[in-house]
Formats: sequence, C-alpha cells, structure tokens
Amino acid sequence: MTPSTISRHMVAWAQAAPMALVFLAFFLVPLALVVMVSFWDYNDYAMIPTFSGRGYTESFEGCLTRLPEACTMLKTYGQTLKFCAMVWAITLVVGFTVAYFLAFHVKSVTWQIALSLVCTIPFWTSNVIRMIAWIPLLGRNGLINKTLVGLHIVDKPIEWLLYSQFSVVLALVHLFTFFMVIPIFNSMIRIDKSLIEAAYDAGASGWQTLWTVIVPLCKPGIVIGSIFVVTIVMGDFVTIGVMGGQQIASAGKVVETHLNALQFPVAAANAVILLGVTLMIIAAMSKLVDVRKEL
Amino acid sequence: MSDVTEKTTGLSRRSLLKGAAGVAGIAAGSGAITGFPYVMSSEPKVLRYLGTAVNEGDDIAKKCFADTGIKIEYITATTDDVTKRVITQPNSFDVLDTEYFSLKKLIPSGNILPLDARKIKEFDNITPVFTKGELPNGKKIGGQGTAPWKVLYLESETSKTFATKPTEWITLIPTVYNADTLGIRPDLIKRPINSWAELLNPEFKGKAALLNIPSIGIMDAAMVVEATGQYKYADKGNMTKAEIDLTMKILTEAKKAGQFRAFWKDFNESVNLMASGETVIQSMWSPAVTKVRSMGIPCTFQPLKEGYRSWASGFCVSKGVSGPKLDWAYEFVNWFLSGWAGAYLNRQGYYSAVLSTARANMEPYEWAYWMEGKPAEKDILSPTGALLEKAGSLRDGGSYDDRMGNVACWNAVMDENDYMVRKWNEFIAS
Repeated sequence: MTPSTISRHMVAWAQAAPMALVFLAFFLVPLALVVMVSFWDYNDYAMIPTFSGRGYTESFEGCLTRLPEACTMLKTYGQTLKFCAMVWAITLVVGFTVAYFLAFHVKSVTWQIALSLVCTIPFWTSNVIRMIAWIPLLGRNGLINKTLVGLHIVDKPIEWLLYSQFSVVLALVHLFTFFMVIPIFNSMIRIDKSLIEAAYDAGASGWQTLWTVIVPLCKPGIVIGSIFVVTIVMGDFVTIGVMGGQQIASAGKVVETHLNALQFPVAAANAVILLGVTLMIIAAMSKLVDVRKEL
Repeated sequence: MSDVTEKTTGLSRRSLLKGAAGVAGIAAGSGAITGFPYVMSSEPKVLRYLGTAVNEGDDIAKKCFADTGIKIEYITATTDDVTKRVITQPNSFDVLDTEYFSLKKLIPSGNILPLDARKIKEFDNITPVFTKGELPNGKKIGGQGTAPWKVLYLESETSKTFATKPTEWITLIPTVYNADTLGIRPDLIKRPINSWAELLNPEFKGKAALLNIPSIGIMDAAMVVEATGQYKYADKGNMTKAEIDLTMKILTEAKKAGQFRAFWKDFNESVNLMASGETVIQSMWSPAVTKVRSMGIPCTFQPLKEGYRSWASGFCVSKGVSGPKLDWAYEFVNWFLSGWAGAYLNRQGYYSAVLSTARANMEPYEWAYWMEGKPAEKDILSPTGALLEKAGSLRDGGSYDDRMGNVACWNAVMDENDYMVRKWNEFIAS
C-alpha cells in the first residue's frame, strides 16, 4: 500500500467515526444493556444481577400449558399486529394518494413544500391535548353523535366512536400517514416524466400507467414508508392507551406496566421480544424489495 | 412519562447553570460527595421536592419561601414514576413526598432516609389516624392494605425493617390523606347510589371507569366483590393468588361485557371523563370531583355503605441529603405542619396531618364545613378564591369522623404483586 492509500483509508475511517460512535453509544450499548438486564432476576424493588430466564418464562406464561386458549403474549401480539396491518393498509392508500397529488398535480415546488408541511399538523400538539381534543368530537355527547342524533340517523349516540379499536386506528392513521407520504413523494418526484409520456404514447390508460409504471418505481418509497409505520405502530403504547381508554393491549403497554411495577428484567425481556418480532417483519418486507438496489 | 423526563433535564440544566459554586457545589448538592466542605452557604436554600401533583401547589412553594427562605423546586411525576425515580435516581431529589403503600418497595432499597420524630415540633399533635390507627375520638379505623401505622416506624435510622412499636425514626412524616370513594353524576344516574356494587352494575354498561393503577384498581374491584357478597377477603390489600384470580375473573367478565368506558391515570383525565358524560360512575379523587363541580356540572363524591378506600402520603429525604440540606428539610417539614399548608390542603377537600394547626389557619365556618360536616354558613371558596359551594351546602360524606371513621382499606402493594401485575396484563389483553 502506498502512503496515499493509507491516508485515504484513515480519512474514510475518520469520516465514518462520528456516526459510528453515536451509533455505538446511543444504540448498541443501550441495546446490549437491555438484553443483559432481560436475563437478570428481580425482587419487589430491585434488579438482581444473576442469570435468570424468569423475565422470559413469566412473559410466555401459559403459552403452552393453556393451549388451545391463547396466552397473554399471543393475545397482545395478535392485537398489535392487527393494528399494524390495518394502519399500514390505510396509511398506504391515503399516503400514496396524497403523495401522488403532491408530485403530479401540484406544479410549483413552493406549493409542494408548503403542502408537505401541512401534513405535519397532527404533530403540533401533545398526546394529552390530542386525547382531550377527541372527546368533544367523537364522545358520547360529541359533535358527531349530536349531529347524527339530531338528524335522526341514529336513535342514541354511537358508543364505538371513542375508546375503541376504531378510535385507535383513526388516531394512528391521523398521526402516521405523514411517514408514508414523504418517502413515497420522494420516490415519485424522481420518476422521469418522459416515462409517463412514453406510457401514454404507447396507449396505456391512466390505471395502466399507475399500476405498471408509477407503482413499481415507487416501491422503495413504499417499503421505507411501510417500515416507518410498522415499527412505530408496533412500539406504540401512548396512542393505543389514550385512544383505547387503556383497555386495549399492546406490546408497549405490557412493557410499561412492568416498568411501573419496577419489574425491569421482565420489561427488558418484553422489549427484546418486541424488537425480535419487529425485526422479523422488517426483514420480510426488505425481502420483497431490495431497497438499496432500488435507490 | 416523557413529561417527567423533560422536567428532569430541565431541572438539572437549570441547577447546572445556577451552580455558581461550580462543580463542587453541584456534587455536594446532589450528595455525591458526603462530608465535602459545603460551599453553597451563601446560596439560597433550595430543596428539590419530588412528588405527585397532589401537594405541589405553587402557592405553597411561594408561602414557604416567604416564611422560611427555602426555595422549593417541584419535580412532578405520576405515583408510579415517583417510585421508579426513587429506585433509579435517588440523587435527583432532596425531599420525597410519597404514599405509604410504596414504602414496601422504597425502604428495602435503602435509597431514602427516615426523619427523626424528635426534630418534628408538632409530631405529638399528628392525628392518631397515623400513629395508632384510630380517630381523635378513639374509634378504630379499618386497617386492610398498607395502613400507615403499619409502616410508620423503622427500627433505626438505617434499618430496613418496620418497627412494630413506636420509635423515633419515622418513615414518612404524614402530610395529607383522604378517604376515596366513587364519584358519580347524580343528574345522569337519577337514583340514589349507596354501594360499591354499583360500579359493576350492568345498568351503567359503558359508563364506568377504573383507576389505571393495577394495585389500586384491583382493590376497587375487591370492594365490589365484597359488596355483591361474592367473596369476603381476609385483606383486600394483600390477596392470595386464588383471590387475585377470582377478582380478576370478575373484572375480566365486566370488561368483556363492555362495562368500562376507559381507565384513567391522570387527574385531568378523570375530570374530563366525568365532565363530558363519558362516564357516570368511576373511582375518583376528591379534588377532581370538586373540579367537575366548579365547571357547573353536578358530581357527587358518593359515600358508600361498605366504606372508603383510603390513602396517605408524607415526607422523607433522599439518602444523599445531609448537613445543612438536612436541616432545611426539617425546617421545611416543620413549616409544612405548622398550619398554613394544612389549611390549604383542607380547603381542597384533603385532610392535613396536624389538625390543630390547620384549624388555627382556617375560618370557623370553613372548619365547620370541611371538617365537621355542617352546612356552609357562607360561600365556600377554594384556596385560589374560586367559588366551590354556595352557602347552605353540605360536604359529601359529612364530617372528618364520618369519613375517616368509615375507611375499609388502604392503598397497598401486595406480597403477590408480581403475580398480580401479570394477571393485570392478562386482563387488559382479554
């Protein structure tokens, strides 16, 4: 190796170092600690640093013995995955539509930026405010129920508008569609307009152009957006808790309950399980589309 | 939770900036170095006060500063987060204000220190509710659960064992306590409610709520189970596994039948649920009922024939507190018991630990309304001056003796807590 290639190597390492160090200090080390703690024992008030599988055995309690009835773990993940699937499907359709509008119908870049920013409005307020704000709209005596009863469409207020699976999905979609819009929009504006013209010239209908030209070219954006939405919904417990009236289980809520009871090793074990499940989903999605190749 | 973290960082950043005495001062202040020459003596007297929002009124901090020169910096967290913080960050606070039921977890951790009863001026005047488990008139109070008198004394300053006989080492110097029951919307229920059984009455399907703290939620459920005559517990605050199973089964059936609208954890959540009519019957705290009423919405803190579920909290200090800071802590606790704060708490519907000093700081008509259960002679105002009750009204549940005398159990942490938490998760997932 010549001195110049060595120094070039050094420069490359130096350039990668800041990110690597941040990654190490704020991701790998904490993650290793969580995995370590998940194998500790505990008592009422403290963690005991001796090896124990108790965190896991208690988390999976009844999963074999109580068959065919589902154990807490299975029911919880069943519920969480159901939310994941529903929110993913809805945010994908809504997000794709919004991104399509932004990329192909809004001509000026200024308006594209301005309208993208509008998508962030749901993030301008805190969860607590948001929760309180839904009551006057969806509540038993809320705007929607008052209107429906007033118009004699229903006899009595609809109960499932609030503190239900419906309200959870509604709030999650309201919040996270943004994460679908931006990556898909990003993919769409890179599409060479001449491809669409070519499709048109070749006699493709609007739907054919969408399905055979635009959607395939948006795949990386769709996958990235999907990864965002799925990982956030998998780990969410605040929105599910608040909008579900704290009566709907989620993987994150189980972690929270154990943390509040100072059972850190069980909480850590649940966090590791959640991480495992989420990674498997992401691996499956990346199998479908090789994001790196497509970019 | 994010709320708390933000406040925490804000606080340490603030104290860092303020640390005129530099690193040494901060280290000494946080108690990291004990016996280090104290260099902050010219600094203002500051105590970091960790607790729930219950006692943390800005007015109290202001008055305390005016009277004693001690500046109180509040660190506000939910009940669970207070406990978590004591266990994980004992050096992040000086004075702790917490509930007696969490002592079973906090004392063995060694992260908090008891206070010396001999340095508390009004200690002998503290209500016998705490010291003997009886009313000032001698009537015994229900002691199921973690009743304060069971965990009031330690065998020595550093002991981790609760003493069965009085000692000078007090785990928590009592500050405030109350008897909790169900809050109801009389205008929507339109009939008398007099039993805990009503909480799970299908008549209120989709309109009931529970407190989302497992150890307390399960006790409310136990009150219902006993009220409906399905089972009689030896100790509702310390159930066996079989009793936990039974209680959770009944709760699960109610949940599946759609009995509950929501579970609440935060004061404002409970107020919103009730004020909006989402719920008409739910476990509640006295000032939350007052707040709903002050919005012009009828709400009653309904006395029930099976009695109240009570709670109590008090002061101790972090193990990192010593030297002048410990003296300030005693000064602060003594100030707190000297009457002004007690009167402030009484006017919110809570009870103060030293009744005599609080009484001296209240108008006779206020005392008659809040403590003696008599009709209000004049309009009753909140500590901030808002109108709470018109002249002539009566306090829900009546006098101090009527309310505290009917306590059935105290907020608790069970021996089978670990099992109960797993069962609670199962209940939520069902």
